[in-house]
Amino acid sequence: MEKSAMSKRIDINDLNIFYGAFHAVKDVSMAIEPKTVTAFIGPSGCGKSTFLRTLNRMHEVIPGARVEGEVSIDGRNLYGRGVDPVDVRREVGMVFQRPNPFPTMSIKENVLAGVRLNSKRLSTSAADELAERSLRGANLWNEVKDRLDKPGSSLSGGQQQRLCIARAIAVRPQVLLMDEPCSALDPISTLAIEDLINELKSDYTVVIVTHNMQQAARVSDRTGFFNLEATGQPGQLVEFDDTQRIFNNPAQQATEDYISGRFG
Amino acid sequence: MSETLTRTPRRSGPARRVGDVIFSGTSRASALLILVILAGVAIFLTVEALPVFASESEEITGGQGFVSYVWPLVAGTVVASIIAMVVATPIAVGIALFVSHYASRRVGQTIGFVIDLLAAVPSVVFGMWGMQVFAPKLVPVFGWLEENLGFLPFFADGSATGRTLLTAALVLAVMILPIITSVSREVFVQTPRLHEEAALALGATKWEMIRTAVIPFGTPGVIGGTMLGLGRALGETMAVAIILSPGPFTWNLIGTGNKTIPAEIALNFPEAAGLRLSELIAAGLVLFALTLAVNLIARWIVDRRSEFSGAN
Amino acid sequence: MSTPTKDRTPARRMDHELDHLSGIVPSPVRPAPRHLSLMVLGGAVLATLLIHTVLDRSLVLSAVIGYLLYVIGVNVAYRLTSGSRVATDHTMRALVYGAFVLAIIPLVSLLWTVVENGGARALSPDYLLQTMNGVTGVHDKAYAEDGAPMVGGAYHAIIGTLIITGIAALISIPIGLFTAIYLVEYGAKNRLSHAIRFMVDVMTGIPSIVAGLFAFALFGVLFGVGTKNGVAGAVALSVLMIPTVVRNSEEMLRIVPNELREASLALGVPKWRTIAKVVLPTAASGLASGITLAIARVIGETAPLLVAVGFTRVLNLNPVDGPMNNLALYAYYMFTRPLNPGYRDPSIERAWAAAVLLVICVIALNLLARLIAKFFAPKTGS
Repeated sequence: MEKSAMSKRIDINDLNIFYGAFHAVKDVSMAIEPKTVTAFIGPSGCGKSTFLRTLNRMHEVIPGARVEGEVSIDGRNLYGRGVDPVDVRREVGMVFQRPNPFPTMSIKENVLAGVRLNSKRLSTSAADELAERSLRGANLWNEVKDRLDKPGSSLSGGQQQRLCIARAIAVRPQVLLMDEPCSALDPISTLAIEDLINELKSDYTVVIVTHNMQQAARVSDRTGFFNLEATGQPGQLVEFDDTQRIFNNPAQQATEDYISGRFG
Repeated sequence: MSETLTRTPRRSGPARRVGDVIFSGTSRASALLILVILAGVAIFLTVEALPVFASESEEITGGQGFVSYVWPLVAGTVVASIIAMVVATPIAVGIALFVSHYASRRVGQTIGFVIDLLAAVPSVVFGMWGMQVFAPKLVPVFGWLEENLGFLPFFADGSATGRTLLTAALVLAVMILPIITSVSREVFVQTPRLHEEAALALGATKWEMIRTAVIPFGTPGVIGGTMLGLGRALGETMAVAIILSPGPFTWNLIGTGNKTIPAEIALNFPEAAGLRLSELIAAGLVLFALTLAVNLIARWIVDRRSEFSGAN
Repeated sequence: MSTPTKDRTPARRMDHELDHLSGIVPSPVRPAPRHLSLMVLGGAVLATLLIHTVLDRSLVLSAVIGYLLYVIGVNVAYRLTSGSRVATDHTMRALVYGAFVLAIIPLVSLLWTVVENGGARALSPDYLLQTMNGVTGVHDKAYAEDGAPMVGGAYHAIIGTLIITGIAALISIPIGLFTAIYLVEYGAKNRLSHAIRFMVDVMTGIPSIVAGLFAFALFGVLFGVGTKNGVAGAVALSVLMIPTVVRNSEEMLRIVPNELREASLALGVPKWRTIAKVVLPTAASGLASGITLAIARVIGETAPLLVAVGFTRVLNLNPVDGPMNNLALYAYYMFTRPLNPGYRDPSIERAWAAAVLLVICVIALNLLARLIAKFFAPKTGS
């Protein structure tokens, strides 16, 4: 099955992120294994979301943002000469904090948006197949199969978020980034998304930023803890290890303080 | 899975780049075109007006040079516009308060629509109404003013037709009402709810709340809106051209006389040729400069307000 | 209702710093009888009618006096029942309501005049389908004296309005829309976009007659002095229309949530396709509504066309050759220069009929804009 080719390994080398003159994230290096779920935790403003965005160059949407360093997916540097950010984003999908289905499109059109917006022509049967497959992949098919032509915004918040995941996997990325995907959802919807993440792991490399430490503990294989020394200082990767270890026996004092709720 | 979805090795595809370049290029070109048009307005008017400044003063209408030709026009324009502004502002602020703080949401929206309609009525229709309906209605008022306030130079001699500068100014007031209202309403609505509720919670009546929270917050916006209204009144042409029966400048607002720049141009342009044409275009240039100055001041006031309201 | 926070209280003198003033009781407020202001209003209306009928003053004067009595009456009544603060409150209320009524009066009077004077003529097929070609004062005299049918209508002016406004829209909409796209999607907060936003504001303030002079001067330089045609008029209208289109569109593009742009970009969609296929469709109803309003703004313009297009009595379908007519200009000329100065009424009737058509156009466009905005807005869930 070709799916096995979908998940890729990510290597990050000495990555620094700046907003204009502001140094936002400093000297991050790590390796993310294929077919794992990696979680980033840390206090607000520590740069974990910013860092996540550099993995598919979405930070470039913000004027003045730039990076130094290297991010490689299976050895190919995302920031290499002549690499088009548009291509990067198709290989590294992203799901956002708040569900954001396109309001002008139906459920089905939303799923197909990534393909259609790139002006690829799809035969009806191919479109149906892709829509069903992506919606099944996002555990949403059974809930929406009878109303594919209804607007995407008619769904509940949790369903909308799964619709966004279906939309992201419809373009068949190699990596799936999730920026606090459950922070706008109720506990039941959150559970559904967490179950889904567990399933996605068998096909994709998943990287998730979360505010919720229990969530990181539940869904991830590896966890990175980001922190900043003081306000105005750049965020840093303090510790990166197996999730079990981070939560049970962290190497750094700061990690333990954060995990045990002493700050943040 | 069908072959349409097969992953092809992608590099920066040239087709996509072309799309981006064309699209952003068109956008940027359109934006720059705005600058070109505005510069064009100034340049072409100046070019066509130049003969006036190169010619002898006897050749200019009135025989005493361009300045003495244009100043009564400027004076008439400014006087009419200021009267319009002074009359319209309190009423506009009243309506804006009514919509933002007294009327229900539904009523407020309806009134907003009615005020929009007032703004949309073509000026030529205002002119026709002003001359046929409004001016005759004002004749007895002018008579009363002459009788009781005739010692003031403004009310020396009442017109029998009502087609005077004051009539034109009052119609202008109606015409600029919508713009002042909409700018004022916008700032009143933005009054921080916290301020309003703080005042109400201290036991203030509605008016005391408005006076202590809404008005201080909205004043710069209202001033800006008023200036925008003044700019609109300065440039308004057809209503004045129809209503006012023109004549030399006079302080008597209720008698025959006075001209405004836009009306002067509209009335004389169709038959003008040669130097007369340049004269009218030069007058237009003066009007342009005048409205530009007023609008710049207005924008400056409105923008300054928006800067510090960001802190709220 | 939230409790007042100490540091945010706008009225400084009510602040806690003035605690040493405790003991000073603010002017007390007592409940007033219900419907007190209605009773005063009833009294004022009665007074108005009395002045009008018994003292035989004009209705306008009686109404003015009645309103003043109402304001004073409200003040006195509430001062007696509830104290001075409530009296001020209700007085201001009366003034605010008065301001509103005062603004409505000219609008109602104007609409009434327009319909009364031109309503019948505007809807007659003769008027809608005839031009003024060959119509002279003799015809008007015959109409006024001998009851001959009125000849001469506004067909050429209607067509001229449509052509000139249409060309102006064709020029303005792309320029305005792409400028707005630049300001929102590309310019971000750079200096050029600041400058352009400023210039658009300046352009909004250009007097319409100056726009006409610009087009006249431009065409004079390009095609020889005195060139007047439909395209020149359309250029003049565009100068007035572009800033409106830019401002309305900019506002509409700005309220498209950034999340949608990000969602599209994150799917690997190039920026221009994101704008064309996600941002513009999402804003479509707002954009259409704004453009409709911009058209409504220029469709009744007279002054720029008077200067740039000139005036003709015949039907001219060619916008690059010679003067055309348009409704507003038609109304102006009929009203101020009747065909037969001895028999003004037929010309004036034609002018009012043109005014009716203009007002109908403007109201219809305004309503259309609202309907588009209301019914075609995308349904956002959140």
